[in-house]
Amino acid sequence: MRGGQVAARAPVIQFTNCRILRGGALLREDLWVRGGRILDPEKLFFEERRVADEQRDCGGCILAPGFIDVQINGGFGVDFSQASEDVGSGVALVARRILSHGVTSFCPTLVTSPLEVYHKVLPQIPVKSGGPHGAGVLGVHLEGPFISREKRGAHPEAHLRSFEADAFQDMLATYGGLDNVRIVTLAPELGHSHEVIRELTALGICVSLGHSVADLGTAEEAVQSGATFITHLFNAMLPFHHRDPGIVGLLTSDRLPAGRRIFYGMIADGIHTNPAALRIAHRAHPKGLVLVTDAVPALGLGNGRHTLGQQEVEVDGLTAYVAGCSVESALEAASLHPAQLLGLEKCKGTLDFGADADFVVLDDSLHVRATYISGELVWQAEEARP
Amino acid sequence: MRRIRGTRRGLLCAWVYIRVLRLRATRAGWGRSGLVGVGCSSCSSVGRASGSTGLNLSWKLCVTIMRLVILDNYDLASEWAAKYICNRIIQFRPGQDRYFTLGLPTGLPRNHPESYHSYMWNNFFKHIDIDPNNAHILDGNATDLQAECDAFEKKIKEAGGIDLFVGGIGPDGHIAFNEPGSSLVSRTRLKTLAMDTILANAKYFDGDLSKVPTMALTVGVGTVMDAREVMILITGAHKAFALYKAIEEGVNHMWTVSAFQQHPRTIFVCDEDATLELRVKTVKYFKGLMHVHNKLVDPLYSMKEGN
Repeated sequence: MRGGQVAARAPVIQFTNCRILRGGALLREDLWVRGGRILDPEKLFFEERRVADEQRDCGGCILAPGFIDVQINGGFGVDFSQASEDVGSGVALVARRILSHGVTSFCPTLVTSPLEVYHKVLPQIPVKSGGPHGAGVLGVHLEGPFISREKRGAHPEAHLRSFEADAFQDMLATYGGLDNVRIVTLAPELGHSHEVIRELTALGICVSLGHSVADLGTAEEAVQSGATFITHLFNAMLPFHHRDPGIVGLLTSDRLPAGRRIFYGMIADGIHTNPAALRIAHRAHPKGLVLVTDAVPALGLGNGRHTLGQQEVEVDGLTAYVAGCSVESALEAASLHPAQLLGLEKCKGTLDFGADADFVVLDDSLHVRATYISGELVWQAEEARP
Repeated sequence: MRRIRGTRRGLLCAWVYIRVLRLRATRAGWGRSGLVGVGCSSCSSVGRASGSTGLNLSWKLCVTIMRLVILDNYDLASEWAAKYICNRIIQFRPGQDRYFTLGLPTGLPRNHPESYHSYMWNNFFKHIDIDPNNAHILDGNATDLQAECDAFEKKIKEAGGIDLFVGGIGPDGHIAFNEPGSSLVSRTRLKTLAMDTILANAKYFDGDLSKVPTMALTVGVGTVMDAREVMILITGAHKAFALYKAIEEGVNHMWTVSAFQQHPRTIFVCDEDATLELRVKTVKYFKGLMHVHNKLVDPLYSMKEGN
């Protein structure tokens, strides 16, 4: 109640001369913000009989919900999977630097690591709201170690694990606890995976299938037990085959529980997935596409050797932005769908009334001009600064 | 250009009167072009000169006049009407203590409290910078409806009366919800709706007649007659007979819009289809005046630049 009264006295800001993403379309509307939330101007007009305290001209730009990255391993020299004494400041650095890319919330991701790393690092990455200091931390994404040997990708073989008899307890012992954990990627073909999936789902943790050689049947059973996400579709899984589509077949499976939507992460850099494959997935199941970076610590740094957990990685080359769908679809894939995956669509990933005012100002080529968290300007492009 | 869409949409329900403090004429994208005067067809006097370019004539509310402005189609008629309203407001020079009072219909039945306000918000209020305290809407959910109506009349009086009233008509010639048989000197009140109106409203209630309200709060014919100027928008062939009754037959309470034949300053804006029941002679006469009518919608200087 008190919070509501305080919010009612907060200044009303009206963002004008812009197109906002609402209801899957770009509408020529103004965006009204008060107390860190998106405001319904009609209610303000008729019930409170107030006008805006401040108007900001957006120069004809697009206003989209802030992007949410659910798979990011580090960046700018910071590696989340390194057991350092001060993980917090590493996370804070990344959180601040990704604001310039329009990301307002993210899930720091840990790749397969030894027990000590999990025990040391996890408690140091609490869930945190975003602000001028950086993007919000929604929780940690644990990618591994319960994944397939054949499809480990860049994960170190030495630290892979499978479930012991008391699978859930085994997992708890491995991670040292599940506080701060938001997503767990595992391979469903491992023994005892179903009870683990069920327990994790009951705790509200999102279970993702990835780094796996599961066939479609196994994958469908995993979804029936509660899995809702696929980690970087096409990568680190069996390729689509017309007699057994494998995990990829989940996109069009008819054996999923009623009302359940399967989401799938895609790294749209044109390298991890051929753009044509990206388009096939998008056309098969457009509402499930979640754009992720799967960024490594080398993000933002030049070429050279960098760490990725226990591995060393050579960076040589660029990433490319791949477009294959409408602007509105792309923006939703980066904001609304990850929010829906994590059950946050009421307050994140949307510009609906009552949602948190986390949004980005984009020009027509979708470059980020400014980033706002809770209605506060947290980053602005150089040219835009006065 | 942010068009103020023709606010008439059928015509139903309670009326709104709005005190527009400073309508942003610049939103319509009009620049400077000076004031243009119009000599009314039966008046040759001119008022004070107002500077700027071109003709040195200016507006003067010195005559009683009925205009019939005929445009080719709905869109052109709406646009003409919008420009006219804009010009009237600019010419009035509203200011801090000088409000232009505009009366408008809403287009939706009162039992839809959400959509009623949504309609006005989405189609009008959100596009202009009006103080919310200056927008008055009849509240169909008030406990004492007659008191609500009386208070509304009082507010209009306190505001100094309505400067311009904009409305449409029903196929049965009603203005607001003043159904056939309404008193031509009626005031704001609760009115029972005619079957014609109920049928016309059904589309807002998914075609379910049982859901359509049978009563409505409405301004009276007398209330609208008190406005200093009245503009009626009539488009579509289904309104043609009503238009005929309104201007070519006598004043009759079965066609309440005919009351405006006795209003000092009325303007009917219609499209071709709405003139289908009029005499060819009437239509030709008024079409011949279009060059005069079109001067009424020439862009005036914007208020921000001109002050």
